[in-house]
Amino acid sequence: MSNEKEPLFSAKNLKLLSEPLGQSNPITIQVLGICSALAVTVKLKPSIVLAISVLAVMAVSNVAISLLRKMVPPRIRIIVQLVIIATMVILVDQVLKAYAYDVSKQLSVFVGLIITNCIIMGRLEAFALGNKPWPSFLDGLGNAAGYGWILIAVAFFRELLGSGTLLDMQVIPQAFYDAGYVNNGMMILPPMALVVVGIIIWIQRARNKSLVED
Amino acid sequence: MENLVNIFVKSIFIDNMIFAYFLGMCSYLAVSKTVKTSTGLGIAVIFVLGFTIPINFFLEKFILKAGALSWISPSLADVDLSFLTFIMFIAVIASMVQLVEMVIEKFAPTLYTSLGIFLPLIAVNCAILGGSLFMQEREYANIGEATVFGLGSGVGWFLAIVGIAAIREKIQYSNVPAPLRGLGITFIITGLMGIAFMSFMGIKL
Repeated sequence: MSNEKEPLFSAKNLKLLSEPLGQSNPITIQVLGICSALAVTVKLKPSIVLAISVLAVMAVSNVAISLLRKMVPPRIRIIVQLVIIATMVILVDQVLKAYAYDVSKQLSVFVGLIITNCIIMGRLEAFALGNKPWPSFLDGLGNAAGYGWILIAVAFFRELLGSGTLLDMQVIPQAFYDAGYVNNGMMILPPMALVVVGIIIWIQRARNKSLVED
Repeated sequence: MENLVNIFVKSIFIDNMIFAYFLGMCSYLAVSKTVKTSTGLGIAVIFVLGFTIPINFFLEKFILKAGALSWISPSLADVDLSFLTFIMFIAVIASMVQLVEMVIEKFAPTLYTSLGIFLPLIAVNCAILGGSLFMQEREYANIGEATVFGLGSGVGWFLAIVGIAAIREKIQYSNVPAPLRGLGITFIITGLMGIAFMSFMGIKL
């Protein structure tokens, strides 16, 4: 019964990829990585960039830790993990500075904060330390995607309702404003990100009763 | 002196780590079930922030900043090591947390037992790294300002977590819609607390 024979996209592996999108979503269920998730969601563009950065960091560091998992003594594993993540984040940060400077300025410290984003440490600890590289890679992709779609959903509503734009393009027609429609200034303020996530959690749990707490 | 008081008040209320930047959210949500444990974690965060930010300030000033190495020899004046920021800061934080843990264990065993598992967890608390990165971005002029900023951010975080823990203890007796129980309502309460904290924004310092 060697796992070698298992096809690359077996049902079990696909589940690793799809489960974090819904019922074990890193943000709404596992409560990981909220820190950076909320602050950048005022506009859609930085959120997409952050989601992609997290995806890259997470997939690579998951594979790296999974390859090293038998060599790293448990006592120093946190330092090793931090070093690997930090190296990846430095790479991402330099790439962003070179090719998307304005977004990198907007994200300010939040690129650096990917290092302490609990979602990455959490998945390294919980999954990559005990699994082979390929499943770890899929787990990383799945969790980062689950994180990303929440990020993008929150940013979508906040930008649409808060500034009437999407990706900096006007979507609410001028006629609406002439008729007295006003942007909801609340949506731009930081606290509304929490409320939007709260509502997403509400909807998700109302549809899936098994997730309801006590 | 006045300047220091300004930075202190500003970092507690106006630039509150949780309500303005959402830093340290993970442990904030996970540990805020009772007031007692959240007080312990809050104190530990004040401790660690108060230590790491001045140390990272020195690192930034004498090693990382562009041209900072010129104190070794003038020929190093155009070396820019700022791309090493993340790795240096996180190394300082991880080792400081370890050190603080040992010091507290030696000199204040009662505090140590009450903090328990939370001390090592602080190493991966985004509020700590975030504090250091904000310190770098805002370019505080001297060590005093940086230390005060660290302590103030810690106190702000402490207030936030103790506040939410108190509310969560009370809310157990309320009738919250089932899907919203636990995590959902905590998010929304934090949002409301954030709105309340925004009233400090009008203060000009």
